Amino acid sequence: MHIPDGYISPQTAGGLWALMVPVWYAAGNRIKRTLKARQAPLVAIGAAFTFIVMMFNVPVPGGTSGHAVGGTLVAVVLGPWAAVISVSVALVIQAFFFGDGGILAIGANCFNMAFALPVAGYYVYRLAAAGSPLSSFRRWAGAGFGAFAGINISAFLTATEIGIQPGLFHTANGTALYSPYGLSQTIPAMMLVHLTVIGFIEFAVTALAVAYLQRGHLELLGARATAAGGSRLKPLLVGLLLALIFVPLGLIASATAWGEWSPDQIRQRFGFVPRGMSRFAGLWQGIIPHYGAGGGFWSSTSGYFLSGAIGLAAALGLAFLVVKLIRRADRHA
Amino acid sequence: MPDQDPSKTAPPTGLPAWMGGARPATVMAAVPGRRRKDSAVQKTIEGIAAALKTSVFSEKIASRPGLLQKMDPRAKAVSLLGLLVAAALVRQPLILLGLYAVTTAAAGASRISLKFFLKRVWLFIPVFAGLIVLPSIFNVVKAGDPLLTIWNFGHEVRLGPWSLGTSIAITKQGLTGAAILVLRVAVSVSLAVLLALTTRWSDLLKALRVLFVPRVFILILSMTYRYIFLLLDLAAEMFTARRSRMVGPSSPREDRHFAAASIGTLLGKSHALSEEVYAAMVSRGYDGEPLSLRRFHMRGPDWLLALAAAAAAAAAIGADRLLG
Repeated sequence: MHIPDGYISPQTAGGLWALMVPVWYAAGNRIKRTLKARQAPLVAIGAAFTFIVMMFNVPVPGGTSGHAVGGTLVAVVLGPWAAVISVSVALVIQAFFFGDGGILAIGANCFNMAFALPVAGYYVYRLAAAGSPLSSFRRWAGAGFGAFAGINISAFLTATEIGIQPGLFHTANGTALYSPYGLSQTIPAMMLVHLTVIGFIEFAVTALAVAYLQRGHLELLGARATAAGGSRLKPLLVGLLLALIFVPLGLIASATAWGEWSPDQIRQRFGFVPRGMSRFAGLWQGIIPHYGAGGGFWSSTSGYFLSGAIGLAAALGLAFLVVKLIRRADRHA
Repeated sequence: MPDQDPSKTAPPTGLPAWMGGARPATVMAAVPGRRRKDSAVQKTIEGIAAALKTSVFSEKIASRPGLLQKMDPRAKAVSLLGLLVAAALVRQPLILLGLYAVTTAAAGASRISLKFFLKRVWLFIPVFAGLIVLPSIFNVVKAGDPLLTIWNFGHEVRLGPWSLGTSIAITKQGLTGAAILVLRVAVSVSLAVLLALTTRWSDLLKALRVLFVPRVFILILSMTYRYIFLLLDLAAEMFTARRSRMVGPSSPREDRHFAAASIGTLLGKSHALSEEVYAAMVSRGYDGEPLSLRRFHMRGPDWLLALAAAAAAAAAIGADRLLG
C-alpha cells in the first residue's frame, strides 16, 4: 500500500500534499484544543505504537501472513484527528528511515493511509457502536468493520492514484513515464487482495484488539467515545474545496509552463485514450460507466477531474450523512 | 503432543511426556512441514530485529568521517528534495542513469561501501518495481510498437472475453517505460538511503524545520523516533517470551489472537507511558511550546552542497528537455 517514489508523477504527489496540508492543519488545531499540552506525548507515542503495529505479522487462514495498518484502532482509542497525526508521523519516519513509501509520495501515502483510512474507519465504528455500552459486541464488531472499510477505501484511493498515471503522463509515442498500468488494471488488482486477505487481517486485528481492550482496558475505549463530533470542521472543508479547485489548475498550468507542448499537443494530451486500457474495459466497471476505461470524455483529463470531483463530493456527502446519523443515535441513547 | 504414547517418550525420571519427546522445543523450526505454522511469531521477531539493525547501522555510518556526514543536515535535506524533484520530472533513461551515478559517487565519497550501498538500495524496492512492471513490456498487457516478437499466432487468439491479438511481442514503449520506472525508483531510493545513512536520525528530524514543518510536529517526530525503540523492545520481548513458552506449533487462529492481544497490551502500555512522559515533561517546565538545544550552523561547504545539488537538479531537467 505504501507508494514508493517513481510510481506517481510529481504533479499527483504535489496535489496530494496540497490536499493533506489543510487536513494536517485542521487535525493539529483540533488536538491542540482537545488535548492541550498533552498532545505531544500522546500523539508521539500513538505514532510509535502505529509504527510497531505495522511490523506485526498476522497469519491468514490458508498459510500466508501479512501486515496490518492499525489506523482504525488508533482512531477508536485516540480519536480520528489524533490518529491522522499519529499515522502521518509513523509514515514520515517509515519513508525517511526505512524506505517504506517514497518521500515525495508522503502526501499521497498520508492521504490514503493517515487520513482516509482512520477517518472512514472511525465513523463506521461510531455508526455501528452509537449509543451502545462500552462492553457491547457492537463496539468490537463496529471497529472491525470500520477497519475493513478504512483499509479498502485506502486501497481504492491508492489504486486510483497509480491508475491515472499512464493516461496523464506519457511521451508522444505512448511510453508511460510513471506506473504503466491504467485504472482498469490497478483497481481490480488492489481490490482483490484488499477485499480478501488484507481486509481480513485488518478486521481481525482491530476487532480482536478492541475485544481485548474491553476485557482489560475498558477506560481506553471510553476516553474518546464522547469527545467526537465536528463543530469547527469548516476550515478543513474550505481548505479541501480550495485544494480541489487549485490542484487540477496547477496541473494544467504546470503542463503549459514547461512550454514544450503546442496547443495541439495539449489537446492531444488531454484527450488521450490509453490503448492498453480499452482492452481491459470489460474487466472493471466503476460507479460511473466506463470510468477511465472506455473512450471519449471519461478517459480524458477533464473526465478524470470531473469523476474525481464527483467521487469526492459523494464521499463528503456520505460522511456528512454518517455524522448526522451518529448524532441522532447519540441523542436517542 | 497428547497423541504420543507416554510409555515410549517419557523418560523414567518422571518428566512430563513433552519434555522427553522426540521433538525438543528448541528445534521446532527444523521439523519439516511445521515451519510455516509458527512463522508469524518468528517473522515478527525477525522484522523487529531487522529494523533495529537498520537503525544501528545507520548511526554507525553517520558517525564516520565522510563528505556528507560533515554537512549540515538542513543543507542535505534541501539538496535531497531538489534532486528528488528532478528525478521525478526527468523523462530520459540516460539522465536518470546520470543522476544515479552522481548519487552513487556521493555515497563513495561518504565512505559507504559500494556493496553495502547497492544491496541496501536495490534489495527490495527497485527489484520489486521491476517485477511489477515486467508484464507491461508485452503487447498483450499494454499496446505498443513491437520490438521483439516472441510468438506469432498468425491469427487472433481469444481467451474468453479478452483478445490476445495476433502475436506476443516485447514493445518499445513497454521496455522504455519499464526502464524509466525502475531507474526512477532506484534514484529516489538511493537519494533517500544516502540521506538516512549519512545523517544522525535525530538531527535529520530537527532539520525538517527548514522545510516549514511546524515545531510541534518536529517535537512529535523526535519523540516518536525515541519511543519506537522502547516499544520495539517491548514487542520483541513479548514475542520472544511467547516463542520460548511454545512447545509445539500454534495454529494461525491462536497466532492471530496472540497478535491482537499483544497489540491491545501494547496500546495500554503506550497510553500509560504517554501519561508518565507527559507528567515528566510538565515537571521539567514543559508548557506546550517545544524548545530545542541543538543549533545547526550553515558553513561554506554546506552552502556549496546545496548549490551543487540545485545545479545538478537544474542541469538534469535542462538536459532532459534538450534531449527530449
